[in-house]
Amino acid sequence: MAQGKLCNRKPVNTREELKALLDDKNGAQYYQEMNQLDVDREALYNTLQKTCKSRLRTWLEICARCGLCADSCFFYLANQRDPKQVPSYKIQSTLGEIVRRKGNVDNAFMQTVMDTAWGKCTCCNRCAMYCPFGIDMGVMFGYLRGLCFSQGFVPWELKIGSGMHRIYNAQMDVTSEDWVETCEWMCEENSEKWPGLEIPIDKENADFIYTVNAREPKHYPEDLAEAAILFHIAGENWTVPSEGWEETSLAMFAGDWEGCRQQVMSVYSAMERLKPKRMVVTECGHAYRATVIEGPYWAGLTSGKTPVETQHYVEWVAEALKTGKLKIDPAKKIKEPVTYQDSCNYIRNAGLKDAARYIMSQIADDFREMSPCKEHNFCCGGGGGMNGLGRYRKERNIGLKVKRDQILATGAKLVVAPCHNCWDAIRDMEEIYEIGIRWSFLKPLLLKMVIVPEHLKPAEEEE
Amino acid sequence: MYAIVTGPLAWLAFLIFFIGIAVRAVLYIRGLDWKLDRVTYSVNTLFGVKGALRSIVFWIIPFGSRSWRAKPFFTILVFLFHLGLLITPVFLLGHNLLLKERWGFNLWAISENTADLLTILVMISAAFLALRRIALPEVRILTTAYDYLLLLIAVAPFITGFLAHRQTADYQFWLMLHIISGEVWLIAIPFTKLSHMVLFFLTRAQIGMDFGIKRGGMKGKGLAW
Ligand code: HEM
Ligand code: HEM
Ligand code: SF4
Ligand code: SF4
Repeated sequence: MAQGKLCNRKPVNTREELKALLDDKNGAQYYQEMNQLDVDREALYNTLQKTCKSRLRTWLEICARCGLCADSCFFYLANQRDPKQVPSYKIQSTLGEIVRRKGNVDNAFMQTVMDTAWGKCTCCNRCAMYCPFGIDMGVMFGYLRGLCFSQGFVPWELKIGSGMHRIYNAQMDVTSEDWVETCEWMCEENSEKWPGLEIPIDKENADFIYTVNAREPKHYPEDLAEAAILFHIAGENWTVPSEGWEETSLAMFAGDWEGCRQQVMSVYSAMERLKPKRMVVTECGHAYRATVIEGPYWAGLTSGKTPVETQHYVEWVAEALKTGKLKIDPAKKIKEPVTYQDSCNYIRNAGLKDAARYIMSQIADDFREMSPCKEHNFCCGGGGGMNGLGRYRKERNIGLKVKRDQILATGAKLVVAPCHNCWDAIRDMEEIYEIGIRWSFLKPLLLKMVIVPEHLKPAEEEE
Repeated sequence: MYAIVTGPLAWLAFLIFFIGIAVRAVLYIRGLDWKLDRVTYSVNTLFGVKGALRSIVFWIIPFGSRSWRAKPFFTILVFLFHLGLLITPVFLLGHNLLLKERWGFNLWAISENTADLLTILVMISAAFLALRRIALPEVRILTTAYDYLLLLIAVAPFITGFLAHRQTADYQFWLMLHIISGEVWLIAIPFTKLSHMVLFFLTRAQIGMDFGIKRGGMKGKGLAW
């Protein structure tokens, strides 16, 4: 059965394979090869038999074809109510067909499936809340991505992303040494201003380990410094693991379940090695979803939970504000109107809406909710890996309109977006639509307004 | 003929109906898989049960969920349709007389006028549900002939029963057709997506457990459906 050199059914496991893919600019050759990729129908059918069980089959079967899910999907709304964007239509015409045809589908069909699974759905799970039968198209598209991945029909960037995780245990080529160096560098860089600042590495029995998104050490190291400074101010006993520090999972976006398992295992073994009381995860939505919500299942943990209890960054902040570990200077609170971008991954799909609300009540004087908000909020438009996929750039940019209009309706010019995907999507939205907004993670905002205890202030300031 | 359709055939239809929906329920539950579905059904089950109940309750009440509230006209249609669909046949005087005569027991019966009213409501709401499938592009694209067929199977006993009850010239004809359509109704339920009669409760329970155990139910007050 024909397979390409770059586009094939084998996941990327070596640096050479990864390099070959990276050298293929924009995946030109990769997508060329995809046109010749054969569907392994037997494997597809066997996978269906093994993994497509009553939950998914029943969803596909009993869908009343009522269209109640239409309005729930931001892609439908952003595309002038194109019926082809109705969640039920999208899943029935792809996964539904594959199941009905028992895997007997061809290359052209699989490409359409891929373009739907990644180009028309961000797996935000909002439709599940609007269907009378609780049919969750986001979950089904996640499953469908897994089928596509196993057949080699996966967007170029995500083939690379899954390879990165398999090789580096991180979504980017950040090695353990790079990571440790970045921690040390950030600590040094800020030690003058913050005497006694530490980023403890591999400390055992700490109150918590802090884990991040590889983009932070790679592109935004100051985020790491800010995290350290806030933990320092709060007087936390914390540490970072030298290995198992990466929370994200492009493998999840890709549907590479084995890659997902390997990635979360690296974090869980750090937990077992360092025996912290808890884990705190940076301001990222899908990272938390992958490692904390879905991860235990990939790893086969029957408790359905991470080996030690885990908090998302917003939970840590809310707790620190409640217990007074972090104190806000009322004069420095945000005075202008400000809104909050609820990340699908940790609000709708992990129940953290109240922590986010508590933080906003403490740091802002004029907080304005988007409408709808909390678990009903729309996807930012960049979830599910969409921000990074060149092939679906146009679709992504159209999808951003819904969030744009939601933000504009609040009248706020500042958007708090404690999620890397949301943050990126809103940044791109401003670049494309120029609506004059700013966006921020929590850390820089908090640093501007926390009261620094006397003993932590640098010597000069005390004089 | 009348004896056959109201005797052995009726027995058969009821048997298939009851055993069929029980089998559907058992197969559904047995096909759940904690690892594939990524929900620990049997760990933290109490959170799951709470999530499942909330998920059913908010959706079984008219306007109980945000989605029902967003489409008030449709919601009224669906609820009227189902109200008549479920209450009329069970508490119908005509059926209970027959029950008493054949199988020796009967349930409490609603008045004939109420039954007529419910029957008319079922027929009207079914007509609107069909029109809606033609009129709304987002529903039209999803609709297949199968959906109209099921709608027809669902209302057929109401149309025929109603006509029989009018006692027109063709009483025997309509009654016969009624009984056959009623038996088709019963038999179709386990074999088609009309099986949502039980699967509605099970899929709602499943998604409720999913959100209740895994997706945040243990952290907050639960999802605001
Ligand atoms: C399975 C065997 C069934 C038998 C033997 C049967 C028999 C009857 C009889 C004898 C009547 C009375 C007609 C009259 O008033 O003269 C009747 C009416 C009616 N039946 Fe059935 N039936 C059956 C199934 C069903 C089912 C499954 C449904 C609904 C889902 C149904 C709905 C109705 C309705 C709505 C009426 C009366 C409508 C009105 O009063 O306006 N029947 N049926
Ligand atoms: C307790 C039992 C039942 C429950 C909770 C229930 C619930 C539902 C729900 C939630 C829908 C989706 C509404 C929509 O969005 O279209 C629906 C649709 C439907 N149900 Fe039921 N149902 C039940 C029993 C039945 C029975 C016994 C029948 C007929 C034999 C039936 C026939 C239908 C039909 C035909 C539709 C599609 C309506 C349309 O064309 O839009 N239901 N039901
Ligand atoms: S709301 Fe649910 S039942 Fe209705 S069309 Fe969408 S998926 Fe199907
Ligand atoms: S999961 Fe989100 S993006 Fe995907 S179909 Fe549902 S509402 Fe649309």
